[in-house]
Amino acid sequence: MSGLAFAPPRFAVDRAALVARLRAVLPEDALRVDEEALRPYECDGLTAYRQLPLLVTLPENEAQARAILRVCHELGVPVVPRGAATGLSGGVLPHPDGVVVSLARLKNILAIDPATRTAVVQPGVRNLAVSQAAAPYGLYYAPDPSSQIACTIGGNIAENSGGVHCLKYGLTVHNVLRVRGLTIAGEIVEFGCAAPDAPGYDLLAVANGSEGLLVLITEATVRLTPKPELAQVALASFDDVTRAGEAVAAIIAAGILPAGLEMMDKKATHAVEPFVNAGYDMDAEALLLCESDGTPEEVAEEMARMQAVLAASGATAIRVSQNEAERLKFWAGRKAAFPAVGRITPDYLCMDGTIPRHSVGRMLQAIADMERRYGLRCANVFHAGDGNLHPLIMYDANQPGELERAQAFGAEILELSVEFGGTITGEHGVGVEKVTQMCAQFTPDELALFERLKRAFDPAGLLNPGKAIPTPARCREYRLARLATAGERGTPCCAPAADDATHDVWGDPADGASAPGDATKTEGSR
Amino acid sequence: MKAIHDRWCERVRAAAADGRPLRLRGSGSKDFYGQPLLPGSGEVFDTREYRGIVAYSPSELVVTARCGTPLAELEAALAAQGQMLAFEPPHFGPQATVGGMLAAGLSGPRRSQAGALRDYVLGVRLIDGEGRALSFGGQVMKNVAGYDVPRLLAGSLGTLALVTEVSLKTLPRPVAERTLVADLGEGEALRRLAAWNALPLPLSASAWFGGRLSLRLSGAAAAVASSAAALQRELRAAGVAVGHLPEDEAAVFWRSLREQTHPFFSATAPAGDARQFAAGVVGAEPLPLWRLALRATTPPVRPAADGAEPASTTDAPGGIAGGATGTTLIEWGGALRWRRDGDPLALRAAAAAAGGHATLFRGDAPLKSAIGAFAPLPPPLAAIHRRLKNAFDAPGVFNPGRLFREF
Repeated sequence: MSGLAFAPPRFAVDRAALVARLRAVLPEDALRVDEEALRPYECDGLTAYRQLPLLVTLPENEAQARAILRVCHELGVPVVPRGAATGLSGGVLPHPDGVVVSLARLKNILAIDPATRTAVVQPGVRNLAVSQAAAPYGLYYAPDPSSQIACTIGGNIAENSGGVHCLKYGLTVHNVLRVRGLTIAGEIVEFGCAAPDAPGYDLLAVANGSEGLLVLITEATVRLTPKPELAQVALASFDDVTRAGEAVAAIIAAGILPAGLEMMDKKATHAVEPFVNAGYDMDAEALLLCESDGTPEEVAEEMARMQAVLAASGATAIRVSQNEAERLKFWAGRKAAFPAVGRITPDYLCMDGTIPRHSVGRMLQAIADMERRYGLRCANVFHAGDGNLHPLIMYDANQPGELERAQAFGAEILELSVEFGGTITGEHGVGVEKVTQMCAQFTPDELALFERLKRAFDPAGLLNPGKAIPTPARCREYRLARLATAGERGTPCCAPAADDATHDVWGDPADGASAPGDATKTEGSR
Repeated sequence: MKAIHDRWCERVRAAAADGRPLRLRGSGSKDFYGQPLLPGSGEVFDTREYRGIVAYSPSELVVTARCGTPLAELEAALAAQGQMLAFEPPHFGPQATVGGMLAAGLSGPRRSQAGALRDYVLGVRLIDGEGRALSFGGQVMKNVAGYDVPRLLAGSLGTLALVTEVSLKTLPRPVAERTLVADLGEGEALRRLAAWNALPLPLSASAWFGGRLSLRLSGAAAAVASSAAALQRELRAAGVAVGHLPEDEAAVFWRSLREQTHPFFSATAPAGDARQFAAGVVGAEPLPLWRLALRATTPPVRPAADGAEPASTTDAPGGIAGGATGTTLIEWGGALRWRRDGDPLALRAAAAAAGGHATLFRGDAPLKSAIGAFAPLPPPLAAIHRRLKNAFDAPGVFNPGRLFREF
């Protein structure tokens, strides 16, 4: 298992020469060199990893950002772009030989156009600020990660952030129309455009979720969504988590696409209720939050259908929000789940695997088993509609060995996510945290393609090096360690190439290329 | 199927070793699209033998199909479960394949509401230029592990990889649909579309042609009924004649746009047209078809570089009974404008000025070769494109020159 040391590729950098060159192109207060001034930049939301950068820069505009990149490129200095640093995977952890480029000062909303339903913003604009600025036009920015008060649009694009309304309104990649940025060489590039379907390869899609490894974002055009006239949420109790998981599948199977579909297990509701007094059913093993939005007629129609499905799926109680205040109260517990769990445990790790919805029950059973084996508690919060799980593994870093056990626990959840045909990260990114588990999800050939793709944008390999894509050596170590662990546990090791472990591509449909429990399989024709 | 896949890997490796380009092709329904297929563009690699739906779970909203699967077969399987490909991909032929759909990356009338094809791509399996089998993305909605290769391949016209299998997000079919038609001029139609765009209306398609605006509303029955009533009230209050199309007629109309069987798309230059005559063209030749993607609020485009912009019959309300009138057809709330006329360079310039780009969608090979099917890329983007091509297909075996002449 990985330790908490960040061991990126190193670069020989003459710090004094670099400072002199940057001083020549930047105003005094756009450069931080003293250790105490660098300290606030040593980590992001994943505080278990800390690293001081060589320097921090705070450009006020694109021209200054460009000047910084040109100097770094010329001198061979790594660059780590940084937004609000709310990320949970160590994506903006500084490089020991590198320059942090903070985009905090690029925080202007440049335009809002209700007729095209777009906003043009700088990367340091906060997610919620876009919605607030669009509100007078009856519009908002749909992706709503739980850090939306603080997180920035640039960071959202770098991570392809989600939120609780993705099922209906999409991820960041579905809501960004154009990204303007700088290559490491300081060239200005635009991916996408104000019109649909920009010519050439879809570089905009690749920029989303590229974790600062391809381009430094200086501006973006985002899509705004008309605010629905009404939103209402149903809060359904279940006495069994598997049954709650089946209810989620039943809602989708009924042709309903809820605006939000979230699940919390008993440990999560018991953590949040004293914190927010949402009025949750404390006897329920699982709670589902199902939101409907649209015109009043639409909501009434969908709510009725949704309640019928929930009741038929064995809900023990269903409450529907009767007004906006109650709706927000029902959501408050879900949105506060992370800080609430933070109150009942000294430390916790937040996982982010995504699995096919039909595997949710199996995953929960497996996590319960892991709690016993690792001797740690785990509260479960899910974006159930997307199959995106956030198990919160509780531990105490001051107890020797607990952090390591928590990490092993987390790694096992992620590897199981891959085995179930899912992914190690649905929305938090790989960063430094999950770079080792990338070896479980991808073959060496696939990882090599990622590396070549990066070099197509950044031939010198200077943008955020050491993150997101593991080196071949790291994966060899990982596979050897996995073999050893499997031997200790006495369980068969998962196949080293996740490619073949995830699903049997060659099997004809009847062989079970899709999982049991599917409502329908369609025979492939031959 | 494994035997076919193994044979394909081998064939790609052999082609790479010999430096022989391959022309990836399903049924050929979209051969017309992209750069012209000139002699020497490679030996045809027919993908249709690798077919079939691998997995479909309606409650997961995901379908996985092999590249050679007929698109019609895939859509029928979804329809049987009350689902659809929400981006309404054009087939352009009865045998269109899933692989061709992904390679072309085109979306139909519902795009302005539902998003583009690339928005629905979740995962791909592919064979790269050196014959290696690779897999990216998967069957889940949210996945940020590694770069988004699946979406990058959408619309790449087969120049990066041979995609063998794709997983797509499906959506439930709307419960209700209704199509309204209103007599409006081009400018007025665009102004109203822009205003409606900011409202939470369930507008799932729009089209303006020959003085008539057609609007499709989709969603919950109650929402469609109330929105249709509100739009009709608004238009009648402004003195606009408005009605609705019967369900079957509406389905035929929207399909005729999606598949380009509408009379607008088969327009030919009348024999004796001065410009055609001057160019040495005799008889009824198909006119080039331009696809302008613009900021939706762009006023009517009037490129005048050829000096002979036809009189503005298009802004006057008028009947379209019995045939094609006008040289512009508008979709996607104003963001997509098809043109049958205009000077190529003037159209390209006008599109760029409107924040967009002009594609020579259908046109003869000499014209496409001369000006390029797609608007040219600025140098830094072109450099990234060349390096990406090299990252996926270093030997240069796949569809060389199909997207841009240079690679």
